[in-house]
Amino acid sequence: MMPSIPLTNVIVAGVGGQGILTAAEVLARVALEAGLEVKKSEVKGLSQRGGSVVSFVRFGPRVYSPVIEKGTAQLLVAFERAEALRWVHFLKPEDNAVVLNDLTVVPLPATLGLDTYPQDVEETLRQVAGRLLVVNAPAVANRLGNPLVANTVVLGAASTLLPFPEDLWQRVLTDLFRRKYLEVNLQAFAEGRRLAHTSS
Amino acid sequence: MARRLLSGNEALAYGAWAAGLKVAAAYPGTPSTEVLETLARFPEVRAEWSTNEKVAYEVAYGAALGGVRSLVAMKHVGLNVAADPFFSSAYAGVNAGFVVIVADDPGMHSSQNEQDSRRHAKAARVPVLEPSDPAEAYLFVQRAFEISERFDLPVMVRMTTRVSHGKGVVEPGKRREVPPREYRKDMQKYVMVPANARVRHRILEEEKLPALRRFSDTLDLHRLEPGDPEKLAFVTSGVAYHYVREVFPDHAVLKLGLSWPLPERLLEEFFGTYPRVMVVEEGDPVIEEELKALGYSVEGKNRLPRYGELDPSVLRARILGSELPHPEPRKAVSRPPALCPGCPYTGVFWSLSLLKKPVMGDIGCYTLGALPPFQAMDTTIDMGASIPMAFGMEKAGRQAVAVIGDSTFFHSGVAGLIDLVYNGGHSTVIILENDTTGMTGHQGHPGTGKTLQNGGRRVDIEQLVRAIGVEHVQVVDPHDLKATKRAISEAIRHEGPSVVIARRPCVLIPEGRELYQEEPVRWIDPEACVGARCHSCLRVGCPAISVDKETGKPYIVDFLCVGCGVCEQTCPYDAIHPVD
Repeated sequence: MMPSIPLTNVIVAGVGGQGILTAAEVLARVALEAGLEVKKSEVKGLSQRGGSVVSFVRFGPRVYSPVIEKGTAQLLVAFERAEALRWVHFLKPEDNAVVLNDLTVVPLPATLGLDTYPQDVEETLRQVAGRLLVVNAPAVANRLGNPLVANTVVLGAASTLLPFPEDLWQRVLTDLFRRKYLEVNLQAFAEGRRLAHTSS
Repeated sequence: MARRLLSGNEALAYGAWAAGLKVAAAYPGTPSTEVLETLARFPEVRAEWSTNEKVAYEVAYGAALGGVRSLVAMKHVGLNVAADPFFSSAYAGVNAGFVVIVADDPGMHSSQNEQDSRRHAKAARVPVLEPSDPAEAYLFVQRAFEISERFDLPVMVRMTTRVSHGKGVVEPGKRREVPPREYRKDMQKYVMVPANARVRHRILEEEKLPALRRFSDTLDLHRLEPGDPEKLAFVTSGVAYHYVREVFPDHAVLKLGLSWPLPERLLEEFFGTYPRVMVVEEGDPVIEEELKALGYSVEGKNRLPRYGELDPSVLRARILGSELPHPEPRKAVSRPPALCPGCPYTGVFWSLSLLKKPVMGDIGCYTLGALPPFQAMDTTIDMGASIPMAFGMEKAGRQAVAVIGDSTFFHSGVAGLIDLVYNGGHSTVIILENDTTGMTGHQGHPGTGKTLQNGGRRVDIEQLVRAIGVEHVQVVDPHDLKATKRAISEAIRHEGPSVVIARRPCVLIPEGRELYQEEPVRWIDPEACVGARCHSCLRVGCPAISVDKETGKPYIVDFLCVGCGVCEQTCPYDAIHPVD
């Protein structure tokens, strides 16, 4: 058992296909293995097809609602710039942190000129976030030879802001990933942690 | 037992399995799909994807009459399809336990309406259990089998999106084998001719339901959590309980496990102690109306919204008129779902957007053809509606085209096509054959021959369509834009019913991915591209194509492109090429 960990609300957000649900699953399993109560809520189905995707993860001694209330999230992990902006008002006004993947994915309505993609996202986040960690996960993932592990890089960075030991994360990753992809995911996770430590 | 993180749907499967379940059937539908996907892994359970919810219901019900515990799972609108057996099976009753799992979708995350299935249950006189999280889903479904056998009735377990797809901690236990019950021929019970049905209806109303009401009072799935009698007290069910607890931690709460029929003595006790009561329930005011009919004065949907999903913010705003301090919301960007890069349907909607005929649509990923840039869908109402509605348009003097996916065609499109042929229609039907049930996460259907557990037989759409009597049948590759547009135009001109089968596997299934394994991604040569005065490639609606803000020229995002080459065919300036 971990020392008492208070109720913690984490939002994992991004674009369908980025591995958001997997990243949220790893986090929720880590909290489970730490002996906490966990609830996780997300919406599947139509929203997957390149649309916005969000997963709420809540853990602590006792968790009621699976949905996070506006103004209560301690951590926002965003896999894409505009998706970070979509959830800023869910952050706690103080003592919050944002992990931002250095990636822009322009959606069809903006491409077609029906909407505009937001400018100066980092600037806005800096105003709101107690701590902002920008991670160039796609570059790291490409360097590791598998663009699909970008989500694990982001997760690695986010893990440094959460109250769980590194070996617990590694154990859950080992449980969750197939052997073929395990090694590269463990590397991606370690790289994410390293990036977080060097940027702080 | 080990603690596990399970979704509500997975927990239902584990619970049903532990209760000795032997047969399960469903048609996939968000948010219910994972129940059967999980059950399929248990060797003791025979699980199938049925062609539609009515068929699934009847397969599972037949198994229950045959003496083994069985269940059927569906989304809320699926219960409309299965409503016929649902109502009559409540008269006939069951033999072994029979559980009907229905997942409602308040907020319509992935549905065309947000009907409340408890209304159906009440109308059919079927008891409803409402778990609030995965741990309860695991427990409640086991109790559902016991209640079903005790009262000889189907029992509904009503889920909602947050209960079905939310994950929580569950400690699943071992399976308890339940010996098969004897099957006895009993025509008075099971043959619903009027003379028998009259008796069965009387037994249901006069014997079973009063007994069930008394039983509801003794049921340990209700929970009374005391609080300050001076404060507003709550009657609640399902996930709404957690929202109440989140916002009102020290108020009295009566959490109903069985939300129909209500525990009347328990309610008397609760209202005796707590004079000010509000009902908080996800969906329609079903409990609220029952309470009012019993003579209680309660608040509820006069304060809370009658549509959409509840959450703690909604309760706080509507009941307390307040909100927690939070950073100011910022405008992000509209990011609706889109057809995937490499989706076989782009060619069909590209053609339809040029042909400008009314398009009667259907339910599936391809409903996204209604969005820009295609806007090539005029209607989406329910499963299988496209073909009969196109025929109706024809009768109104307008020529329309029906678009329907392969899985939807088997679900409820076939009857519409037979109707069209039989009644001498001339409409054109486009069947999108992508070899999977795409939107719900790639389940098999009769056209694939892939069943949920073991191999079955394939039903060939083209042969079926010809056997129905459609003479003008064309099969096209929808990634060949010219051929697709030509085939659809020809079909529209054809006198008599016509079918175009647009055949290419979904890009997300292995057969589809394989097609592009060797294909290089594309790029747009900015020298050759003329930019904003053309933008022809944007008309294929591919999320991999973006536009440079400075030059107005489109470019291809290489990590999204699959190399399908559809955009190449649209470029009048020959500016799009495979990357060397």
